[in-house]
Amino acid sequence: MHAALLLLADSRLPAGGHAHSGGAEEAVRAGTVTGPDDLARFLRGRLATAGLVAAALAAAACELGSAAVDTSERVDGDAGTGEGDPAMLPWRRLDAEADARTASPAQREAARTQGRLLVRTARRIWPSPALESLARAVPDGAHHPVALGATAAAAGCDPGQAALAAAYWSVTGPATAAVRLLGLDPVAVHRLLADLAPSLGATARAARTALHTWTADPGAPWTTNPDVPWTADPDDRRASSPDIGRATDPDLIGVEFMSDACWAALPATTAPALDLLAESHLRAETRLFVS
Amino acid sequence: MGAHHDDKHDAPDGHGRALRLGIGGPVGSGKTALVAALCRSLGPSMRLGVVTNDIYTTEDADFLRRAGVLDPDRILAVQTGCCPHTAIRDDIAANLDAVETLEERFGPLDLVIVESGGDNLTATFSRGLADSQIFVLDVSGGDKVPRKGGPGVTTADLLVVNKTDLAPMVGADLTVMSRDAGAVRDGRPVLFTSIREDGGAHGVAEWVSGVVDSWHHHGHLHDGEVVP
Repeated sequence: MHAALLLLADSRLPAGGHAHSGGAEEAVRAGTVTGPDDLARFLRGRLATAGLVAAALAAAACELGSAAVDTSERVDGDAGTGEGDPAMLPWRRLDAEADARTASPAQREAARTQGRLLVRTARRIWPSPALESLARAVPDGAHHPVALGATAAAAGCDPGQAALAAAYWSVTGPATAAVRLLGLDPVAVHRLLADLAPSLGATARAARTALHTWTADPGAPWTTNPDVPWTADPDDRRASSPDIGRATDPDLIGVEFMSDACWAALPATTAPALDLLAESHLRAETRLFVS
Repeated sequence: MGAHHDDKHDAPDGHGRALRLGIGGPVGSGKTALVAALCRSLGPSMRLGVVTNDIYTTEDADFLRRAGVLDPDRILAVQTGCCPHTAIRDDIAANLDAVETLEERFGPLDLVIVESGGDNLTATFSRGLADSQIFVLDVSGGDKVPRKGGPGVTTADLLVVNKTDLAPMVGADLTVMSRDAGAVRDGRPVLFTSIREDGGAHGVAEWVSGVVDSWHHHGHLHDGEVVP
């Protein structure tokens, strides 16, 4: 394990995360979460849905970010600064995949705000070509899992660790928020988080499996995988992509090729209940948390 | 550092951006009223922006917008998730983002005021967020507060003691407050105000003008402290 993972997962990382409750504030307001038992179910549900999606996106972003680091070592310092920088395209596409998995506009806004703040912080802590590319590609803020994966790459972590950090973030923020909002016993809530530890690992592994269902053998014929129920026929997307074949750098063609087909197959198990909570939170008269 | 790093906060020339002034203090001491007063006094001569940190939603920002002291678009609200001191001291990312958003939209600006959420005597601004900071107390909290100290009272660049008009009613001795504040502040200035009576907080506005002037023209804020 790369020790930088500890910094990435630390809630004291100064990247604005403390102001987000991941739907917990609205769930408390609505009476859905009232104590440790409700909270345990809320966190388990969140991890299995939004947590898995975030973990898969973070793993994909980390893989892309690591590729960007490798590629940049072979390019001179002036390359890749312009609007047409080919390194920006895959970031935009991966961010669009995150957008497609985030139905609620309020959640999109919250995810982008957190992503923007994370990138602003991470660029100073772990300066890297991956983060520079991402910041230029999505200047208003990439979705938080994409930013987290890019940051993990910049920090030297691997995609599995990025997925683990994303899974961890998906439950620790809401848990802490619930402690503040309901005055819960913080030790009892940390016990809940400890109970979730095996599930965090399983979620991170599932995220990696989903990603590698497509990337393990990029030369193989593209077929749907019966073990991965959310896979659609990726041939259509690959064939219709206007950018395939246009990239001039042979190193980037690999990324382009990889991104379009395999990212479409990432999990999309988002939770309608979380979407609804995010939307009603935005309309609540009094809010302590941004989301 | 990346070759194309453009985070303005790291810009080597401190004069390339507005002075960032933090205004903190306990709940109800008159922080928002002071911000409104400064906007009234300084607005005609300075390009301003304001960031508020609210306990609930955007209440302070809404108050300022309604007060009509500044173009409503130049007031941004940051939400702090139950922890107002965290957002100005330990994790300043959202506040920096708001400050730079104002500078990008309306810049160049001379002064961006960051008002903290009401908090306790230990809350101070990170030097990564505020170039200079004011701590606001009021007399109705009791005349012992300056003696109790705390980082806000002792280290702020300016201590403002507000609501002096209430002193007779709450039995607060302004002489005691002045003497105690002087003793714990190592010579840093203290100003007494009644913003209800002086809607422009003119003494404070004059102090802020001096600080902004130093920032933009003389390259230093305090004796011996050179602006990076």
